[in-house]
Amino acid sequence: MEEYVFNVLAGAKLTLQVAGGSLVVAVVLGLLGATAKLSTNKPLNWLAALYSTIIRGIPELVWMLLLFYGGQMLLNKVLESVGYNDYVEINPLFAGIVTIGFIYGAYMTETFRGAIMAIPKGQSEAGYAFGMSRSRVFFRIVVPQMIRLALPSFTNNWLVLIKATALVSVIGLTDMTMLAKQASAATRSLTPLAPMLFYLLVAAIYLAITTVSLIVLKQLDKRYSMGVRKGEF
Amino acid sequence: MDFSSIFEPDTLRMFAQAILVSLELTIISVVIGGLCAIPLAIMRVSRKRWLSLPVWLYTYIMRGTPMLIQVYLIYYGLAQLDIIQNNWDTVPLLKPFKDAFFCAVLAFTLNTCAYTTEMIAGAIRNTNHGEIEAARAMGMGNWQLMRRIVLPSALRRTLPAYSNEVIMMLQGTSLASTVPALTDITNVADRIRSEQYLVFEPYLTAGAIYMALTFTLVWLFKLAERRWLSYLQPRKG
Repeated sequence: MEEYVFNVLAGAKLTLQVAGGSLVVAVVLGLLGATAKLSTNKPLNWLAALYSTIIRGIPELVWMLLLFYGGQMLLNKVLESVGYNDYVEINPLFAGIVTIGFIYGAYMTETFRGAIMAIPKGQSEAGYAFGMSRSRVFFRIVVPQMIRLALPSFTNNWLVLIKATALVSVIGLTDMTMLAKQASAATRSLTPLAPMLFYLLVAAIYLAITTVSLIVLKQLDKRYSMGVRKGEF
Repeated sequence: MDFSSIFEPDTLRMFAQAILVSLELTIISVVIGGLCAIPLAIMRVSRKRWLSLPVWLYTYIMRGTPMLIQVYLIYYGLAQLDIIQNNWDTVPLLKPFKDAFFCAVLAFTLNTCAYTTEMIAGAIRNTNHGEIEAARAMGMGNWQLMRRIVLPSALRRTLPAYSNEVIMMLQGTSLASTVPALTDITNVADRIRSEQYLVFEPYLTAGAIYMALTFTLVWLFKLAERRWLSYLQPRKG
């Protein structure tokens, strides 16, 4: 019995890996998307608009299945055409990270776009006047101020993203959800409560992760809001 | 890509039925969840701790755990317990657990109810203080104040956020495909993949259907907002 519990707990590591990995992908895509949406280049605007529309219109699970199975098929077709005939399997961990990152990149795009827009233009203009390059202005002037404005919405996205990681069990990753399913099947003869027990454990772990995230992000928010005067009524 | 096998009459019929299943799941959970959310929201904003604390705990747990786990907890957990399985033929209250559809709807309802409760509670808290003062000055009691002043305006102000929740629920019903006995849109796409070895065609079809349904919902909510929320729209020139 205990070994199954520890097994599920160990599965939390994979869940966190998926969550962390997809967060990195999502932030990168979100920054790219926000720059594309705010640029004066029309095709880039359209591309970014298309990205957020199709992501929001289609459920995560369908995206995951489409990218996992579809990506696999596409990769093998491409490899076949260049004369490589062995069947290649995509690592489900990689597929999960890329898919969740791809989906939440669209949400991060909106988060970052709003935050960048809220920073006064004069800030970056002053940077240019000092002879800073575009990327230096972005990372030295815009990003540090943007973090405070983006944090509330970023917190929301992160909480939803963590919960979305439970979906990777559907494409065959042995995360804690999958391990709980296996454990509850294996321990049925040991305890009559087996079916519920492991799912409750997983739910508790998710609850712990979201609670810790909330506390940490709140501290971060306090730190980045230092020196900002709130409206007093 | 070859969509001809999707446009076979049999496949189309499967998709049509699946759309009905997905819509049914969405509508039932959203309606029941939404109705339960109103009294829960009133309890949530109450100053009495014994009223607000249980509701806080409920929304905290439901919003802190993935909906997939909630579906699993009810379908693979609760409905698989021996105590329930041994008694569901005799105890009428347990009978619905035999049905996968019921289990999915129960999980979805509990989930959407928690999110909606917090939304409405937020709107109630944001009610303009002057309105409440005016109502009190007119001699309204607590219930009358809630029914005539606070709720009508709070529910309207919830509308924009609520549209997101309904869309989330529609897309969330795709989780029903993980419960074997339910043939929703995602499940049909999954079946076509495993039976016909097609990947892009079924999932893209499913995606297109979800997208069409999502945009219909967005449009419906725009109409609803124009009807009930027009007094908050920005004025035109």
